[in-house]
Amino acid sequence: MTQLGTPPPEDVLLEVRGLRTEFRVLDGTVPAVDGVDFSLRRGETLGLVGESGSGKSVTSLSIMRLIERPGEIVGGEIWFDGRDLLKLSEGDMEDIRGNDITMIFQEPMTSLNPVFSVGEQIAESVRLHRHASKKDAWDRAIEMLKLVGIPSPERRVKQYPHEMSGGMRQRVVIAMALACDPKLIIADEPTTALDVTIQAQILELMRRIQEESGAAMLLITHDLAVVAETVQRIAVMYAGKIVESGGVQETLLHPQHPYTEGLLTSIPSRVARGQRLNVIKGTVPNPFRLPQGCRFEPRCPYSFEPCKPNEPQLETIGTNRKVRCFLHGLPGQPAIPVPAGAGTGADA
Amino acid sequence: MAFPDMQSPAGLQLGGPSGGAGADAEDVEVALESLSQWQLAWRRFKLHRLAAIGLVIFGAMVFIAVFGPIIDPYNPIFIPNAHRPGGDPPSLAHWFGTDNVGRDVFAMVLNGARISVAIGVFSMIIAGVVGVVIGAVAGYVGGLVDNILMRIVDVFFAIPFLFVILVAARFFGQGQLISLILIFGLLSWPLIARLVRAMFLTLREADFVEAARAVGVSDIRITFRHILPSALGPVIVAMTLIMASNIVLEAFVSYLGFGLTEDQTSWGNALSNAQTVLSQGNWWWAFFPGMAIALTVLAINFIGDGLRDALDPRSKL
Repeated sequence: MTQLGTPPPEDVLLEVRGLRTEFRVLDGTVPAVDGVDFSLRRGETLGLVGESGSGKSVTSLSIMRLIERPGEIVGGEIWFDGRDLLKLSEGDMEDIRGNDITMIFQEPMTSLNPVFSVGEQIAESVRLHRHASKKDAWDRAIEMLKLVGIPSPERRVKQYPHEMSGGMRQRVVIAMALACDPKLIIADEPTTALDVTIQAQILELMRRIQEESGAAMLLITHDLAVVAETVQRIAVMYAGKIVESGGVQETLLHPQHPYTEGLLTSIPSRVARGQRLNVIKGTVPNPFRLPQGCRFEPRCPYSFEPCKPNEPQLETIGTNRKVRCFLHGLPGQPAIPVPAGAGTGADA
Repeated sequence: MAFPDMQSPAGLQLGGPSGGAGADAEDVEVALESLSQWQLAWRRFKLHRLAAIGLVIFGAMVFIAVFGPIIDPYNPIFIPNAHRPGGDPPSLAHWFGTDNVGRDVFAMVLNGARISVAIGVFSMIIAGVVGVVIGAVAGYVGGLVDNILMRIVDVFFAIPFLFVILVAARFFGQGQLISLILIFGLLSWPLIARLVRAMFLTLREADFVEAARAVGVSDIRITFRHILPSALGPVIVAMTLIMASNIVLEAFVSYLGFGLTEDQTSWGNALSNAQTVLSQGNWWWAFFPGMAIALTVLAINFIGDGLRDALDPRSKL
C-alpha cells in the first residue's frame, strides 16, 4: 500500500485506505466501516463478502459518497483514477457518479422509477454525462438493452418498469450502469432479490459484460457461491473490518481466517446431505460494545491468549494474501509462509 | 469444500441477445400497448361516472367563464328598467329573472362564473406551486430547513383563517379580483406543503432515488423530476379540494361585503344583494347564483373523488 496522501500507482484504479464511516445515533456511535483498506486494479474484479451488518454496503456507498445523515465518512482516503474522492466537491462527485463509477442495486423492483419508461432512465445518464442529444441518448438506450440481452429492444425501451419481470428489470439496471462506459461498476447484491435461475443468467451476463467492457467490478454479496463464480479476488469483512483477502480460488479452498472457514463450512453441501449444518457460534458483536481485542474472538473456535486484549493487524502472508489473525494460518490448512518478524507463532 | 456444490451458473448459457426461455414467453406480452402512469390514471378516471359528470359540468363552467360575455345578451350592470319593485320573475326574455333595478340575473350568473372560476383556478395554482416547492424542499433537504419551513406551516394553521382573509381582503387591493386570488392562494398552500413533505419523506428513501443519485443526478433534478411525479397524485386531489373551498370562500367573503366591490358581479355579491329582497318572495335572484356555486363545487369535488381513485396506484379499477 502506498503512502497516505499520495496517489497509488497508475494501474491501480481504486485504492481505499483506512476508510472509516460512522453512524451517530441516539445510543452512541456505530463504526460501520472501521479502517478498511483494499485496492482494485483496472479491469479487475473483487468480491466483498460478509454477513448483514459487516459494513460491506456502507463501504460501497462510501466510495460513491452516498452516505447520508446520520452516517458520515470520518476518515481515510479513497483514491480513484488518481484522485482522492473524499476531497472532491459535490459537483465533481456528481460527474463521477454514473459516468466513471456506476452502481447496480439489489432490488430491481424498486430501483427503477415507476413513472419513467426504462428508455428514459437509461438515456438520462447518457444525456447527463455525455451531453448527448435526446435522439442519440435514446439510440444508446436501445443499444444497451440489446447488449444486456433484452429481446426486441426497440419496443421494450418504451415500456415502464411495472411491465417487466424482475430479471428483465435487473438487466435494465445493468444497462443503466453500463450506458456511460464506466471504469468501475459497484454491484451491491445484484442477484439477491432474484430467483435462482435468473440469478445464474444475471451473473453470466455481468461476467460477460465485465469482460467485454474491461471495467473493474466490485461485487458485494453475502453469497460465497456467487463470488466463486464471478470474481478474481475476494475480501471478507467482519464487523467493519476486512479479515482476509486474496485470490478467490486459494481463499475459498484454503481459508486462513477462522471466520472465512466458518462461513465456508456452514454452506449446505450435496456431499453432506442429511447432516446438521455447521454454524458459527454466537452472533455478530453489538456495534456499541465491540470486543476490545479481535472482533471475532468471542465466536472463534481457535481463540487463544493474545486474542482477547489485542487486536490483530491485517498482515500479508504468502503471495498476495492478507489475514487479520494472530494464528497466521489455520490448523488443517496448508501452511503459508509467514513473513519474518511477524508477531505470534502459528502453532497455537 | 462446499461452495462448488451450490447452484452454479456455469452450465447455463442464457442471456445472449437471442434471450432465454423466459424472455420468449414474455415477448408475447410486448404486443400490448405501453401505458405511462398518467395514461393508466386517465383510463381509470374515465371509468368513474360521477367524476365524468363533474368534469362535464366544470368544463361547461370554464367555457362560460371564458366565453360567457359573448353568449349573453344582457350587460349585467346595464339597467333597462325595473318592471316591478324587487325585480321580475324568470321569463322568456330574462331566464333567471331580474333584480330590483332590472339587471338580468342570467347575465349575472354567467359573469359570476368568470370570477369564481378565475379565483378557484388561479388561487389553486398559486397554492399548488408554493406548497409543492416548500413541501418538496422541506421533505427532501430535511433537518433544520425542514424544521423552519414546517414551523411556518404550523403558524399558518394556527391563524384563524377567516379573519385574516376578511381583514386582508378589506385592506389589500380594495376588492380587486387579483388581490383576492393572491390572498386565497397565499393562505391555502400550507395544506399542500404538509402533504408534499410527507410524501417526500417516504419517497426520498426509495431505492430509485438512491439509484438516481448513483447515476449522478443533481438534487434539484431528483426532487422535481424523479420524486415529484410520484408525489403528485394526492397533491392534485388536494388541489381540487382547495379550488372548491376557495370558490365557496369567495362567495362567503363577498357575501359579507369584504370581497369584491359592488360593480363586479360575482356569485357572492349577487347573493349578498339578493338578501334585501328575499322577504318579498323574489327567490330567483338568490337561487340561481346559489345553485351555480353549489353545482360548481359539487362538480369539482366529484372530479377530486375520481382523481383520488384514478391516481391511487393501489386502485383496482
